Amino acid sequence: MTAENLKRTPLYECHLEAGARMVPFAGFEMPVQYRGVIEEHRTVRTAVGLFDVSHMGEIDVTGARALDFIQFVTCNDASKLVPGRAHYSGLMTPRGTFVDDLLVHKFSDEHYFLVVNAANKDKDYAYLCAQVPGFEGVSVRDRSDDWAQIAIQGPRALEVTQKLTSVPLADIKYYRFVEGEIDGVKAIIARTGYTGEDGFEVYVAPAAAAPLWRSLMAAGAGAGIAPTGLGARDTLRFEACMPLYGNDIDDTTTPLDAGLDWIVKLDKGGFLGRDLLVRQREQGITRKLVGFEMKGRGIARHGYPIVSGGAEVGVVTSGTHSPTLEKALGMGYVPVALSAVGTPIEIEIRGQRVAAEVAGTPFYRRAK
Amino acid sequence: MSNPQELLYARTHEWVRLEGDTATVGISLYAQEQLGDVVFVELPAAGKQLVGGDVLGNIESVKAVSEVFAPLAGQVVETNGELEAHPEQVNADPYGQGWLVKLKVAPGAGAGLMDAATYEKFVAEEGAH
Repeated sequence: MTAENLKRTPLYECHLEAGARMVPFAGFEMPVQYRGVIEEHRTVRTAVGLFDVSHMGEIDVTGARALDFIQFVTCNDASKLVPGRAHYSGLMTPRGTFVDDLLVHKFSDEHYFLVVNAANKDKDYAYLCAQVPGFEGVSVRDRSDDWAQIAIQGPRALEVTQKLTSVPLADIKYYRFVEGEIDGVKAIIARTGYTGEDGFEVYVAPAAAAPLWRSLMAAGAGAGIAPTGLGARDTLRFEACMPLYGNDIDDTTTPLDAGLDWIVKLDKGGFLGRDLLVRQREQGITRKLVGFEMKGRGIARHGYPIVSGGAEVGVVTSGTHSPTLEKALGMGYVPVALSAVGTPIEIEIRGQRVAAEVAGTPFYRRAK
Repeated sequence: MSNPQELLYARTHEWVRLEGDTATVGISLYAQEQLGDVVFVELPAAGKQLVGGDVLGNIESVKAVSEVFAPLAGQVVETNGELEAHPEQVNADPYGQGWLVKLKVAPGAGAGLMDAATYEKFVAEEGAH
């Protein structure tokens, strides 16, 4: 196995020290697991886990017309953001499908900070640059090499992170962020995450990442903190039914197909793909992303056919054995007529049709 | 690594315990480590005739599905039903409670499989790639 062309995050040494199994992911050598996916998953649900998400892409959009630009390329309504607030959104193709899903953070009217999927970063950056000519004075900059990102997630994330900063973290509401010092270094501290738990995503300069990681590990020792790999990151986001680009959403699916109506703001003015989304909302969607539970023995996986009445009617987008619910669950696209909770469907697993049933989502919701 | 000396091993990381005309088959310590947390085991029906190299079954971890291959030819005489409720035994005790199937094999079966020392060398080389 050659690792020559893979990039390493500033936390690479920390992962090796923690006994991580490293795998190629989105052009990076990333930790897939340390002690085991299930154990790491449970640590995040019950205590606190630390994630290296430095592979994620960060893009700055600046200029007097930055808001106009963001409004044009994404489907959510960024005019509703105030400085220090972030939202989930979609970077749209002209067909109303996803170039990527992303977080849009507003620093000011003239500065937005986008966080995008690692695997899509180069594509997103090129796509954004191609839209700039209509927006005089707007500048798009790929800042991914300037930021490392550490996620601290779990019910004890606040308590642990607070030990390293004088910023009153409890005052940062969900999907808000502040600029402040943590462990003596400048950071963006956001109350966001991809696990279904409370927690923070902290952005620091690459050189500051490893010291911060070690400080967080030390600060969290009493709380049972543990490093968490990409394996558990996937099962955690899956239980919370947070879509994964490339699995549950892609450039063939619209936010309405994916049940993400809440990020589609058709009244905000023109934007890429709006016409198609307007038509789709008028005419109604034909397929829908649903959750399902396996009733027969087997685990549904990405790409497996969904069958009803003897015919293939859809496809599984994500599926695994849920560590929290301890059953085999999945997500996939089905015709709207089959999308009601309780509808029996079948999943074709290695040529065998196995019973399943449409289930309510999200599978997991934390107690508030 | 502690791979029992009395077992034989395949390049596809299954182990075989030969007792008379019965071969008990499982996956090695190394294989279960590579798979991670096992959450589902799919085994063949008793009576199935397998040729060496056939897909014996599937083992699923949280992350992925992996095929298990028959390390030698034989007829399935028994499968480990305990794994239906406790697939994690493949991780916890790969050479004991985590066994997969028992095959009825012909005399002389097992030729071409590795002994523990050879297997360990094989794993070390594979890991170095």
